[in-house]
Amino acid sequence: MEKFEELKLKAKAEIEKIASMKTINDVKAKFIGKNGEITALLRGMKDIPAEMRAAFGKRVNDLKEEVSAFFAKKETELKAAESADKFKKEAVDITLPAKTLQVGGLHPLNIVKNKIIDAFTGMGFEIFEGPEIDTDYYCFQALNIPKDHPARDMQDTFYINDNVLLRPHTSPGQVRTMENKKPPIKILSPGRVYRADDDASHSPMFHQIEGLVVDKGVSLCDLKGLLDEFVKIIFDKDTKTRFRPSYFPFTEPSVEVDVTCCKCGGKGCNLCKGTGWIEILGAGVVNKKVLEMSGIDSNVYSGLAFGLGIERITMIKYGISDIRTLFENNVAFLQQFNRR
Amino acid sequence: MKLPLSWLKEYVDIDCSADELVGKLFSCGFEVESEEKFGDKIDRIVTSKIVKIEKHPNADKLSVCQVDAGEYGELQIITAATNIFEGAIVPVALDGSTLASGDKIKKGNLRGLPSCGMFCSGEELGITDDWYDGASTHGILIIKEDVALGEDIKKILQLNDVVFDINVTANRPDCQSILGLAREVAAVLGRPLKSPDFSYKTNAAVSTLKKVKIYDKAFDLCQRYKGHLVENIKIGSSPLWMKRRLFLMGLRSINNIVDITNYVLLEIGQPMHAFDLNDLKENTIIVRRAEKGEKIITLDEKEFELNENNLVICDAEKPVAIAGVMGGLNSEIKQDTKHVLFESAKFSRDNVRKTARTLGQRTDASARYEKGVDYLSVENGMNRALHFISEFGCGDIAVDEYDLIDAPIKEKVIETTVEKVNGVLGIDVPAAYIVNILERLNFKVKTDGNNLKVTVPLYREDMESYPDIAEEIIREYGYDHITPTLLKTSAITNGGRNDAQKTMENVKNLLVGYGYSEMISYSFVSEKEFELFGLDKSGVVKILNPISEDLAVMRTSLFPSAVRAAANNLKRKNMSGRLFEIAKVYDGKTVSKLGLPMETDSLAFVCFGDNEDFFTAKGVVEGIIETFCRGVKTEYVKPIEPFMHPTRTADVMVDGVKIGFVGQVHPEIAVKYDIDKPVYGGEIDYKTLSQFFNDKIVAKAISKFPTVERDLAVIVDEECPCASVSDCILKAGGKNLDKLTLFDVYQGGQVPEGKKSLAFNLIFVSHERTLSVEEVDSSIKKILKTLKDNLNAELR
Repeated sequence: MEKFEELKLKAKAEIEKIASMKTINDVKAKFIGKNGEITALLRGMKDIPAEMRAAFGKRVNDLKEEVSAFFAKKETELKAAESADKFKKEAVDITLPAKTLQVGGLHPLNIVKNKIIDAFTGMGFEIFEGPEIDTDYYCFQALNIPKDHPARDMQDTFYINDNVLLRPHTSPGQVRTMENKKPPIKILSPGRVYRADDDASHSPMFHQIEGLVVDKGVSLCDLKGLLDEFVKIIFDKDTKTRFRPSYFPFTEPSVEVDVTCCKCGGKGCNLCKGTGWIEILGAGVVNKKVLEMSGIDSNVYSGLAFGLGIERITMIKYGISDIRTLFENNVAFLQQFNRR
Repeated sequence: MKLPLSWLKEYVDIDCSADELVGKLFSCGFEVESEEKFGDKIDRIVTSKIVKIEKHPNADKLSVCQVDAGEYGELQIITAATNIFEGAIVPVALDGSTLASGDKIKKGNLRGLPSCGMFCSGEELGITDDWYDGASTHGILIIKEDVALGEDIKKILQLNDVVFDINVTANRPDCQSILGLAREVAAVLGRPLKSPDFSYKTNAAVSTLKKVKIYDKAFDLCQRYKGHLVENIKIGSSPLWMKRRLFLMGLRSINNIVDITNYVLLEIGQPMHAFDLNDLKENTIIVRRAEKGEKIITLDEKEFELNENNLVICDAEKPVAIAGVMGGLNSEIKQDTKHVLFESAKFSRDNVRKTARTLGQRTDASARYEKGVDYLSVENGMNRALHFISEFGCGDIAVDEYDLIDAPIKEKVIETTVEKVNGVLGIDVPAAYIVNILERLNFKVKTDGNNLKVTVPLYREDMESYPDIAEEIIREYGYDHITPTLLKTSAITNGGRNDAQKTMENVKNLLVGYGYSEMISYSFVSEKEFELFGLDKSGVVKILNPISEDLAVMRTSLFPSAVRAAANNLKRKNMSGRLFEIAKVYDGKTVSKLGLPMETDSLAFVCFGDNEDFFTAKGVVEGIIETFCRGVKTEYVKPIEPFMHPTRTADVMVDGVKIGFVGQVHPEIAVKYDIDKPVYGGEIDYKTLSQFFNDKIVAKAISKFPTVERDLAVIVDEECPCASVSDCILKAGGKNLDKLTLFDVYQGGQVPEGKKSLAFNLIFVSHERTLSVEEVDSSIKKILKTLKDNLNAELR
């Protein structure tokens, strides 16, 4: 009987000493393998009196199980230690900079353009893009700006020939739409426009979006409603609009639309030059003559139009002070607008 | 338009502050763009009397003056001025004072002696002789009047006014005058307008009609022409008040006659002209179109050759003025001019505009005419000018005048209803308010129930129909009354981008996903760039009036702009980058019915940096085609672009149609842009590409059976394109060859000279059963045989 206890202690002691998974099998073989010391006890069964064999066998098996449990426990310990060791070796400095996959981005002007488009398409507007090189008729005459009208001084136009020019605004989109579509009309006409101007706040090429609604009974109040909704989407939900009288040949009445300054919220700051308001677009009720010239009965239908400069809104939104930055295509600048 | 507050006050009683007035003007559509406070900066400058003048002991050119500055006591002032004398009353800038320029004056020490301030010149007070006689003199301003000492100079010289600069919109030429703005101010303040005095005394012995003949032979360009004779003109200087007003408006006083015409232009908005009658052949004026080649020398001694597009004022023989632009030197007012014919006319704004522009001769008068002059101001202008002649007693005014008009003057009447006006606005402005507002603006209104019969004042040529009336109402009633509604009467429409617009956004988003930033570059480029890139210049669209040679022609390719962007980035030490642009290119070879060039979308991209090569660029093209043009056959063939690297560029063919190119920018082009690293990229004709767009997706089942994988390295001639090898493998591999991937290209080592090794990974799978090793082996055998037969390829 002492032999059992002795063997158990011996095994336990040797198992304690095992340092790696490599040696554990050798020790296992020594004790509980086919020729192991504990297995050998069973071979001594034939010398045990028959009536005691059952009890002896049970004791050997118990011992084997007990020792096996020691091994299992040791194995768990060793595995844990080994993986801890492995993980330690594999450790990375988690504060090192990430290896990012460079994502690109849309140009800030198009990010803003898309936001504007999304705001209006949600209100039922379609998108129409007219030609950038257009006729005098579409750019001026059909917009109630006859030849030599002083309003032509409002934009310095690039000409291709007497009759063909680089559009100075996206307003021709109004006319082209009305010629081809019957009311109800709700369109946005975005695109490049051109004027002979080049300084920190003017670029010879820039972008506008023209909006047009033609239907029965639309009024200045609807214009206010549409634009209120729009500025809340583009700036923030507390943004308010203000109309003030202005003049465009293609609208009557015409208004300039100001929004509460998005930087100071209307208290007055350097962005809004202390006024609390920022001018963002021109708008109005479509001039009856413009409707008529495009073949729409102005006694039945009325229209609203607005035109805004995407550069201006982009510069306000992102705090860009020089318009030329937008056309330098410096990747370091553009990547600021990437959505990682 | 400049508007001095003091001048405005002559016509309207202003009982609010300047700031409130600015707010009121703003609300009714007249934005004050700037406010110049005349005399505002001047501070602590007072009158003083020079008591004693001594030479400065240490400086020849300086004098030491003792002055009496009233309550500021006796002061010592050191000055270099030479026009001073004992007993003179002069302005002295005290210690801590400010000049008109804003410069501060402090007491100081001049060559060892203290000076308590500085004597001031007229210039330092911001004035000239026109404001105070002697103010233009070089030296100290001497006050001639006997004034109290220590008095604020601003009070003595009346240096206290506000000049508003008001933005007048193009539809309101009537407000390009002090009187016009005063009418608006009176309306918005609800105060009466005090009309300027238009009366004058005539001399019964003088008659225009008897002495002069005037003919208007071009009523289409000159709708009203008034001529009034003034005899025995006495040329002299204008009264101080008139000089001062001209001064505030930035004009120099010349003499009484010129000043009167300038004053009337500012006050009434009517350009006037004065002819020396003695210079008019046969005392005749003929308004007519110029004859081709006819010449005139204008007052500023410039000669112009005219044509039938120019309107001229002539005497019996020759032009004596370019109508609405400038008078001729041959009939100008001289010091000894005796008899003057005054002209006040309405010329077509478009004709004056055209003439002034084509001749390059723009004057105050032409600027005014270009905006538009009305029938009434012709009359007001003439009467006001004659009023001043009469008031100044500087001539004998004729009892009669010529007044040639194209058609009898009729006031415009607009008939509308309260509903129509309110319909434009979307709110209900009460009828009584509508009437009141219109009357304040000098409209005459007759109401009959809801009907409005509105008679428009002559000077409001912009008024045409009820929306114009609606605008008048709301700008006075206040835009804050407009309440937002969301198209409550309008039909519902289905908005959004169309398919083509959506696809373009998706193409952009794919490129963004590939790490490309969108760039936007100018649509116009320099002609030189065409030459540099060897682009076809036939049909290029040129701008007639470019702002510079660099922005003179519309581009036919986006690629040069992209290369330029890459170059600029490298210059700015952005050592890697990916950029793309989708924009229009313009082709004038064929034009539309309207005469417009073709505009088509194009897509260009560039990439540069250590990780880029031909294949990263090619990946972009392949990615776009595979994503948006499913099922097409793409081929990469020898390029034709002269600006691309000849052996590192491919032209891209989709189903046999060229859609663009991809590769490396030609090193010789790169050098021109100071690029010393390879730049890759390409351009795709988006329109052609879009013909292959489709979203035909037929989902392929994924086999449930195990795959068998084989690697195969073959040796082929080094010129043999990989595509030939892979095409061959795919053909020979049979339907079980599911996927073929090239994983290595190798030359050198055991590979013989002139050969290369291509290593492929092949995956076989069947949709019906597990493939046996034998089946796959036999496929490989077949592949190798085909490769050998077709390409003389050997297994490595």
